[in-house]
Amino acid sequence: MSENNDCASRVDSPPEPPKAVKTREPISTGSEWTFDLIQRYDEEIAKCAAEFGLDTYPNQVEVISAEQMMDAYSSVGMPVGYNHWSFGKQFLNTSKGYQRGQMGLAYEIVINSDPCIAYLMEENTLPMQALVIAHACYGHNSFFKGNYLFRTWTDASAIIDYLVFARHYIADCEERHGVDAVEEVLDSCHALMNYGVDRYKRPSPISAGEEKLRQTEREEYQQRRINDLWRTIPLSTDDSDSESKKKRFPEEAQENILYFIEKNAPLLETWQREIIRIVRKLGQYFYPQRQTQVMNEGWATFWHYTLIHALYDKGLVTDGFMLELLASHTAVVYQPPFNSRYYSGINPYTLGFAIFTDLRRLCEQPTDEDREWFPDIAGSDWLQTLNFAMKNFKDESFIQQFLSPKVMRDLKLFAIENDDEEDTYLVTAIHDETGYRTLREKLARQYNLSSREPDIQVWNVDLRGDRSLTLRHSVNERRPLADDSEEVLRHIHRLWGFDVHLQSVSDGKVVTKYQCPSVTPSI
Amino acid sequence: MGSTHIIDRRLNGKNKSAVNRERFLRRYRHHIKKAVAEAVKKRSITNVEHGESVTIPNRDIQEPIFHHGQGGRQEVVHPGNQEFLAGDTLPKPPDGGGQGQGNGQASQDGEGMDDFAFQITQEEFLNFLFDDLALPNLVRKRLKDTESFKYVRSGFSTQGVPAKLDVIRSLRGAHARRLGLGGARRHKIRELEEQLAALKIAPDDLDAAFSHADQIQVLEEEIARLKTNVKRIPFIDEIDLRFRQHLKQPQPATSAVMFCVMDVSGSMTQTHKDIAKRFFILLYLFLQKNYKKIDVVFIRHHTSAKEVNEEEFFYSRETGGTIVSSALKLMQKIIDSRYSPAEWNIYAAQASDGDNWNDDSPVCSKLLTDQLLPLVQYYAYIEITPQNHQMLWYEYEKILARFPHAFAMQQIADASDIYPVFRRLFERKAA
Repeated sequence: MSENNDCASRVDSPPEPPKAVKTREPISTGSEWTFDLIQRYDEEIAKCAAEFGLDTYPNQVEVISAEQMMDAYSSVGMPVGYNHWSFGKQFLNTSKGYQRGQMGLAYEIVINSDPCIAYLMEENTLPMQALVIAHACYGHNSFFKGNYLFRTWTDASAIIDYLVFARHYIADCEERHGVDAVEEVLDSCHALMNYGVDRYKRPSPISAGEEKLRQTEREEYQQRRINDLWRTIPLSTDDSDSESKKKRFPEEAQENILYFIEKNAPLLETWQREIIRIVRKLGQYFYPQRQTQVMNEGWATFWHYTLIHALYDKGLVTDGFMLELLASHTAVVYQPPFNSRYYSGINPYTLGFAIFTDLRRLCEQPTDEDREWFPDIAGSDWLQTLNFAMKNFKDESFIQQFLSPKVMRDLKLFAIENDDEEDTYLVTAIHDETGYRTLREKLARQYNLSSREPDIQVWNVDLRGDRSLTLRHSVNERRPLADDSEEVLRHIHRLWGFDVHLQSVSDGKVVTKYQCPSVTPSI
Repeated sequence: MGSTHIIDRRLNGKNKSAVNRERFLRRYRHHIKKAVAEAVKKRSITNVEHGESVTIPNRDIQEPIFHHGQGGRQEVVHPGNQEFLAGDTLPKPPDGGGQGQGNGQASQDGEGMDDFAFQITQEEFLNFLFDDLALPNLVRKRLKDTESFKYVRSGFSTQGVPAKLDVIRSLRGAHARRLGLGGARRHKIRELEEQLAALKIAPDDLDAAFSHADQIQVLEEEIARLKTNVKRIPFIDEIDLRFRQHLKQPQPATSAVMFCVMDVSGSMTQTHKDIAKRFFILLYLFLQKNYKKIDVVFIRHHTSAKEVNEEEFFYSRETGGTIVSSALKLMQKIIDSRYSPAEWNIYAAQASDGDNWNDDSPVCSKLLTDQLLPLVQYYAYIEITPQNHQMLWYEYEKILARFPHAFAMQQIADASDIYPVFRRLFERKAA
C-alpha cells in the first residue's frame, strides 16, 4: 500500500508554499451534517472551483437513504428507468452484498444531466458529504460538461426527459403486448447494447418532446421502407441478377448492429423497433462513460483532492476534517499490486489521479525527463494543460498522450504477454528506459474499447435467398469469442427472424463459424 | 456556474426496485418453485414462518454479451512489479489458463460457478408454495360472500335515537341526580320535622312573645317550602338519557373450520401420526392463505371418538380397534351445534392407516354421502400405508365417484410423498 500511495502523497503536496493562514475559522467542527452546513460547504467549494475556473452545469444535490442508493445502483445510474428483470437481479445482488457487509455502497452517484444530479447518502459524515460534493458536483460535473465525448454523444439537458419517455413507452408496450413479449425484445437488445453505437458518426441529440412527435411518423415511414426492401419482385434479366448477387447488402460492413436490425429486420413490429431504438439510445448515452472511466474518475479525484486542500488553506476546515478525508482519499486511490489477493486490475481512480497529478507537477516543476518527453507542456500553465487534457481525450488517447515515465515508475507497471502457442508467459516491457513507450502503448490499447470488445459487424444479408443475416468477427491477435456468443446469436435470431450466421475471420479467411438455429461450431 | 439546489429525497419512496424485483422472481419462478418444494420437504413443517434462500446457477441467470474468450495472444499491463525484467519468462499455471484447446470448458469451470443466491420473504415463499393451487368451490363461495358486518356494543353515549335509549341506565342516572340535587334539602326537612315533633310534645312555655303555635307555624311553612322545592327537581332530565352505542365491525365472512380426524388406534404408529400432522399443517397453512379466520377441531378416534386439543391429538396413544363412523358422527354433532354451514366453510381431513371394522365401513360411507358431504366444502382422506387397501378405501372410492368435486382421497407411503399429494389434492379444478 505504501508503495503506491507515497506516489500520491508525494506528488500532491501543493507545490506553492501554503499561504500563511490568518486564523482558522472552520465552517464546522462536528461530523453530523445538516442541510445548512451542506449548503455552506457547497458555497465555499463552489468559490474554490470558480477560482480554478471549473465550468460546471448547475448542481442538484439529493440526499438519499441507503435503500434508495441501492435502488439507484440497480438501475445502472439512471434516475428513471424502465422495468426489467435484470435490474431486479442487480438489486438483489446489491442488497445481499450490503446486508451481509460484503460491500459498502458508493458515497455518491452522479448523473450526466443538466442540472447535474448527485445523490448523497445520508449515512455519510459531514466531511464525507463535503468530499463527495467536491468530487461529484464539481469534478464529474465539469468533466461531463467539458469532455468532447460527452459533448458529442450526450445531451445532458434532454436525458431525463428521454428516460421518462422510454419508461412510459415501454410500460405502454407491456400493456398492449404483454410483459413477456416486451421482456423478450429487451433481453435481446441488452445482449447487443454495446453494439448499438455509431463509433464515428455523431448521433443526433435526443430530446423527449421531439421524440414523441417523431415517433409516430417514424412508425409509418419505417414500415413502408422495410416493405420496399423485402418486396419480392422477380427480376428477369440475367445480367442484373448476377450482378446484384455479387453485391452485398449492406454494401459496407455496419458496426451498429442494433441500428441495422432496427432499420432492416423484416419481421419486427414497429413497437419492437422503437424498443430497439430506446436501448440503442441508452447505449449511446453510456458510451462516453465506458470510454472515459480512467479520465473521469481521475479528474474527479484530482479535483476533490485539490478543492479540499484549497478549503484547508483558507482555514475553513479543521485538521480532523482533513485527516478523515485523506484517509478516505487514500483508500480510494489504493492500487493493490498484481500479486495481492485484492488485486482486480488497475484501479481507474489510481491511474487517473496519478496522471492528472503528475501532469500538474510537470507543468509546475518540470524535470529534464519531462522536458524530453513532454516538450510542449512541461513548464506550461497547469490549469490550461489539465483542461486541455480533460476536454479533448478519451482513456485510450489520454494514456497514450499523458502517461509519464514517472507515473509508470511509481505504479511499477509491467506488461505480460500470454500467448496460447507458447508454454510460458513473457514479460514484454517494464518501467524502464527501454520499456516506457511500449508500456504506454500497451496500456493505452487496453483501454481501447474496440480492442477490448470483439469487433463484430454486419456483413451481409441474403436478400434473394433465405434472408439470413451474416455477421463478421474480425479476429484480433487470434483471440476467440467467448462461449456465450451462441446465446447472443440466439438473441439476434429472435430479432432478425431468420437464420443468423457469425463468422470469425482472420487474415481474410473464415476460421470459425457459428449459426443460429442449429448451433454446432465448426472449425 | 449555477447555484446548487439541495433536495431531501429521503422521504420519497424507497421501493423503486420492487417492480424489477418482482419481474426477476417472475422470470425465475421455475427455479424458485423447485427450491421451495425442496425446502418444504427438508425443513420441519411447523417452520413455515420465515422466508427461504434460493440459489440459481449463474449460467441460467447470465445476460450474454459478445466478449473475448481465453486463448490467442493477450497482453496485459499490471502494477506492482517487483523483480521482473523485460524478456523474463514465467511458467504458466498447470491447469488450463490459456491453452488453445478446451478453453471453453476451462473458463466455464473457472468463472461461472459462483451461484446467484438471494432471499425470498415468507410471503413470497408461501405464495410459491401454494402457486396455482386453489380451493375447490372457493371461488363460488367467495363471490357470494360480500363482506358482512356485525354490530357490537361499545359503551353508551348521551346522544342517540330513541330506539336505542337504555331505560334502566337513564332512570338510574336520573335517580342519582335527584338524590344528589335534593339531598341537602331533604336533610333539612328531616331536621325541621324533628324540631316540630319536639315542639308539639313539649309543654307550653310561659314566654308568650314567641308562642309554640307561632313557632310551629314558622316551621311548617318552612317545611312546606322545602318540600315544594324538592318536588320541583325533575324526575328525569335530558342529561340523564343514555343511549346504547354500537360499532360496525366487519364480520369475517370468509371463515373456515377445519376438522382433523385421525385414527389413534394401536396400529397407528408415531411415524404415521407425524406424516398426518404434516398434512394437516399444510392444509391449515393453505386455508390460512384463503380465509381470515380458521377454527380447527381435532377429533381422534379408536372405537369411540373424542374431541381433543392439539397436543393430545398428536401425542397420546391408545390401543384397541377402530370404528371410523364414531368420529364421523361426532363431527356431524359438532357441526350441528357450533358450525352452521351457512356461516362457515367446512373442510375436513381424515388420516388413517386404512384399518376399520369391516362392518363399519358401509356405515361410514352412508354417513358421508347422506349427511356430511352436503355440508362440507371439501373432504380429504389420506391413507398412510404402504400396504394393500382395506375395506374402507374401497367404500371411499365409491364416494369419490359420486362426489368428485367435494371429495378426494390419496395414499401416502412416506414423508416425502406429502407435498405432491397435497398438490394433487388441491389441484386447480377447472371452473
